[in-house]
Amino acid sequence: MSIFEYNGSAVVAMVGKNCFAIASDRRLGVNLQTIATDFQRIFKIHDKLYIGLSGLATDVQTLYQRLIFRHKLYQLREERDMKPQTFASLVSAILYEKRFGPYFCQPVIAGLGDDDVPFICTMDCIGAKELAKDFVVSGTASESLYGACESMYKPNMEPEELFETISQALLSSVDRDCLSGWGGHVLLVTSTEVQERTLKGRMD
Amino acid sequence: MECVFGMVGDGFALVAADTSAVHSILVHKSNEDKVMILDSHKLLGASGEAGDRVQFTEYIQKNVHVYEFRNGIPLTTAATANFTRCELALALRKNPYFVNILLAGYDKNIGPSLYYIDYIATLHKVDKGAFGYGSYFSLSMMDRHYKSGMSLEEAIDLVDKCIIEIRSRLVVAPPNFVIKIVDKDGAREYAWRESIKDAAGVSAA
Repeated sequence: MSIFEYNGSAVVAMVGKNCFAIASDRRLGVNLQTIATDFQRIFKIHDKLYIGLSGLATDVQTLYQRLIFRHKLYQLREERDMKPQTFASLVSAILYEKRFGPYFCQPVIAGLGDDDVPFICTMDCIGAKELAKDFVVSGTASESLYGACESMYKPNMEPEELFETISQALLSSVDRDCLSGWGGHVLLVTSTEVQERTLKGRMD
Repeated sequence: MECVFGMVGDGFALVAADTSAVHSILVHKSNEDKVMILDSHKLLGASGEAGDRVQFTEYIQKNVHVYEFRNGIPLTTAATANFTRCELALALRKNPYFVNILLAGYDKNIGPSLYYIDYIATLHKVDKGAFGYGSYFSLSMMDRHYKSGMSLEEAIDLVDKCIIEIRSRLVVAPPNFVIKIVDKDGAREYAWRESIKDAAGVSAA
């Protein structure tokens, strides 16, 4: 089994009309055994920027601690929040620093930039950025997620419809992957509010 | 075939561990205490490579004490868990410790808590957790019978159920277990569950 499949994960982000949604599963496993069903993979960097980290759980936690540290320093120096594009470049640089001994994580970054234009991107474990206009996926269920998102996605969805779409895409994909699932965690971010919801799916 | 498991009850947390010290096919001793009392209100149940286990848990214990001496107040359980995770994470890509840890603690305004810390430094706050081959049996028993806010009697009953399951179903099951609890009155040994007693001393014929 690959090191990326040790803990099991699924993360997806989608762009809507002046909003974005980011969702993840909630399982923490050790190979075939489930340890917890409330593991957090999506972290807030600031009010309009979230990062979802899939892959090895220990590196998820280490990377999150390093990134929040760097962002806090940035806030102190620049007296403002980081733009999503800047943050994506920062994550990419931090991952490439460990090119020959990488963090076994694939981040999904989602944020609202200037004028509340949604921004999403993903990268591999050594920081190769992949910008997308519609959706990005990562984790053990990524292949199922690609299929589900491709068929369910429409451009310029309103927040409620976007929430429905991302939830259905996540739940149907993790149902086909034994290493991820046990519910879902969805964050819907618009320019005025953040809605955080827990999904109840097949608990297996 | 080391087994460590723990759970959180009503105002207390407990950790149970087997007490065999094994080297390949030889059992060196059957009364090895693998649940360390870190300070007045914390327990650290550890399983894994023997040398790493003792070294790492003693290192954590001494650092917890140093913090209290330097700062005059004890570390919270959450802070201890994060410190332990960081030590494991820093060592992971240099000289890893092969120790799995269940950290149980009681904090005055927070109550009891239990932290699951993997040997590769995965940290998660849990209500029930287990390591080792015994985890396949004890986690399933706990999934079936555990409910939040159990009394001490109910929790010990569940621990005994898990121990019975491990003894009857695990091929090289450890014979003896130690159970330690931590609550508002502190961390202490609660009971031993022995089916084989080590001989006190063998007289030369």
